[in-house]
Amino acid sequence: MSALLLTYSCKPGKVGSAVDADAAKKVYVAPGKYDEVYAFLSGGFSGQVAAYGIPSGRLLKVIPVFSQNAENGYGYSEETKPMLNTSHGFVPWDDAHHPELSKTDGEDDGRWLFINGNNTPRIARINLATFKTVEILELPNIGGNHASPFCTENTEYVVGNTRFSEPLDNSNGDVPIDSYKKNFKGAVSFVKIDKDNGAMKLAFQLIVPPFNYDLAHAGKGVSHDWIFFTCYNTEEAHTLLEVNASQRDKDFVMAVNWKKAEALIQAGKGTKITAKYAHNVYNEGTHTATSTMETGTQTLDVTKFPGLVYYMPCPKSPHGVDVTPDGENIVASGKLAAVIPVFSFQKMLTAIDKKEYDGMIDGNLPVLKYESVLKGEVKKPGLGPLHTEFDGQGYAYTTMFVSSEVVKWKIDNLEIIDRIPSYYSPGHLSIVGGDSKKPYGKYLLSLNKITKDRYLPTGPELAQACQLIDITGNKMKLLLDFPTIGEPHYAQMILADKILKNQVKFFKLEDNKNAYVTKSEKDTKVVRNGNRVDVYMTAIRSHLAPDNIEGIKVGDEVYIHVTNLEQDWDVPHGFAIKGANNAELLVMPGETCTLKWNPYQQGIIPFYCTDFCSALHQEMQGYFRVSPAGSNTPIKFSIGENPVTQ
Amino acid sequence: MKSLTRVLIFISAALMLSAYFFPLWHILLDAPQYPEGLEMKIWLNGLSGNITQINGLNHYIGMKFIVADDFKEFKILPYVFGLLTMIGLASAIFKSRKLLWTWFISLCLFGVIGFSDFYKWEYNYGHNLNPHAAIKVEGMNYQPPLFGYKQLLNFTAGSLPDTGGILVGLGGVLAAAALFYKPRLSPNKSK
Repeated sequence: MSALLLTYSCKPGKVGSAVDADAAKKVYVAPGKYDEVYAFLSGGFSGQVAAYGIPSGRLLKVIPVFSQNAENGYGYSEETKPMLNTSHGFVPWDDAHHPELSKTDGEDDGRWLFINGNNTPRIARINLATFKTVEILELPNIGGNHASPFCTENTEYVVGNTRFSEPLDNSNGDVPIDSYKKNFKGAVSFVKIDKDNGAMKLAFQLIVPPFNYDLAHAGKGVSHDWIFFTCYNTEEAHTLLEVNASQRDKDFVMAVNWKKAEALIQAGKGTKITAKYAHNVYNEGTHTATSTMETGTQTLDVTKFPGLVYYMPCPKSPHGVDVTPDGENIVASGKLAAVIPVFSFQKMLTAIDKKEYDGMIDGNLPVLKYESVLKGEVKKPGLGPLHTEFDGQGYAYTTMFVSSEVVKWKIDNLEIIDRIPSYYSPGHLSIVGGDSKKPYGKYLLSLNKITKDRYLPTGPELAQACQLIDITGNKMKLLLDFPTIGEPHYAQMILADKILKNQVKFFKLEDNKNAYVTKSEKDTKVVRNGNRVDVYMTAIRSHLAPDNIEGIKVGDEVYIHVTNLEQDWDVPHGFAIKGANNAELLVMPGETCTLKWNPYQQGIIPFYCTDFCSALHQEMQGYFRVSPAGSNTPIKFSIGENPVTQ
Repeated sequence: MKSLTRVLIFISAALMLSAYFFPLWHILLDAPQYPEGLEMKIWLNGLSGNITQINGLNHYIGMKFIVADDFKEFKILPYVFGLLTMIGLASAIFKSRKLLWTWFISLCLFGVIGFSDFYKWEYNYGHNLNPHAAIKVEGMNYQPPLFGYKQLLNFTAGSLPDTGGILVGLGGVLAAAALFYKPRLSPNKSK
């Protein structure tokens, strides 16, 4: 009987057991109060980033990055269309995986958020003062920009690396797929970040063996000069990777000495190759993006420069690679492995020094001996370890995809302290400052891949979700479940104060340098040039000026440049035209946005403000008169005389 | 003239000079949609604060736009006030009670005329509303209070002295003290 009870009580805990008794109190943020932390969650296949308040889990804003966003005109307005330009033309979507906060001295500084586009390789930069995407840089020579955009200790570089190795862009790509080993390559991309304005520039690419590069993290402190990438498919399979890339007992963590690579490039050792990639910059002065097609990149063939790259064997298809806050240990997670290996940076240096090699890759790229670089293994952590972050108190937290849990372990003795279930199958996790030199700790987000029965069902396509876990005590406690946009692939969390202090409330009209700005109502006009018509329109509570426009003809290309004249917090105006084959505009105070419209039939076409701006918002409307092509209706524009403002 | 009186006059004049460096008065507006509040600060020579926003809101009720150039007062006030302060200083320098009286009376007049003028402007802005305004409320005027708070539709309007006004007021009190305060002689000294 007692044995039976014991068996029963040992059955792994169910839902109720993990929820903190004080959870409601701990996540309750009273109406009108601010959350303590911003969480930036990637939207995965939504292509966007979402900002949430933690601990409440309230959605604050979806920041459009790689996907067109009809809601505010991003990717539809003339000003923002260039942001989604690539060497393949306009690509209105991407798969956004890893948000990365800019860092100064290894700490999150709250200036920018970088995020990778996985599908058509790109890196975007979001300005955290305006929560706008201000730059997107395409990366040539790679396929699947997954190991990206992790940054070095002072954001000297953010990186990109190929998940799908492929022939370099400037080679003849028309080769048999089974010539993989001969013709395919990897390219580790280093994107230089301007420390003052954040501007990105593809500095160089290291040409590496055609493995699949999965994730990365840069060293910090003692390991400042190095960055670590996981690689799987070291079998170099090109078909049925599920089986063929899972054959080897060990794949690798690739350690790259980026400082050395930088020095070689500065010394002119790089080889310039042709490459075509788009560089899109949104200028916050002109509120306008431009897209430039770059033509080349510097490369270094790592086999020609000894000392750049070393491989550390890592069990079974490693996924995450994470560096402890002190920069001393490198935690890698073999997703099919039964242990979590923890590598020692010091031992790695010693092994390199003493040439403790276990063979070579591609002739001269050393594989270091597993035992020589290993600090130890976390034994029986669970099934399917993926990612690790740190709380700054000497503990590490690792997600277990297969056994669906988060495991807490001690860095110094590698002993497991606690485990808590996830609902279900966590991928990444995020701790406030958890990948930085000085983690804040307190909250952990488990970002899950499966939701099933956690919420009211919504048909076959369910909400995706994450869980908020309290990590202040010895035992982890579940606080909150909340659904997210797209797939919450990864998140970065930062104390709200670091973002709040830089917030822009509105754009200064006097500083607006848009080519089509209209700074006052008396400057509004309609200008015809051939079949192009430019409408210089203003919006202020509660009218659009001009609001009666005639002389537009079928077949014209009409550009409506709307300037929001408001100079106050939270007074956007919207703009929409009946039947326009386009989205709407949402114009912030002091900003100018342009909607392109191709009227295709004669008639009277209404337009109006879409953002409920004021008590007389419903009056904020106007009409276009569209005349037949070739008619003589003259351009005419007006707005009724306003007795109050004259 | 006792040295204490002269000291009081100098301090008073110094306080008066703060009018050139700090706003004298401010009007505050609070509404449910403006929890952070809107304010208009009145200086010796002009206006500052959220004038554009206030004008933007006032156009709904047909109030005339507030433009600093409409006020002749801002052109002459710095000189008038400078002259006043000089009278005060002169009274101390020349130890003239007559000048001190002149100063005190001028200050009183200045206060009375100033507030009357302020009231007149407030009255005009609050009552002379454009008949074509979008929002018309029967019997409603939008005159802000001369001093204190008043509810105007969704806005609570407050009218209060600002730093400069408080310091000038204090200066006025000291000027009065210089004129009227006679230190009581202690019993010991009277012997």
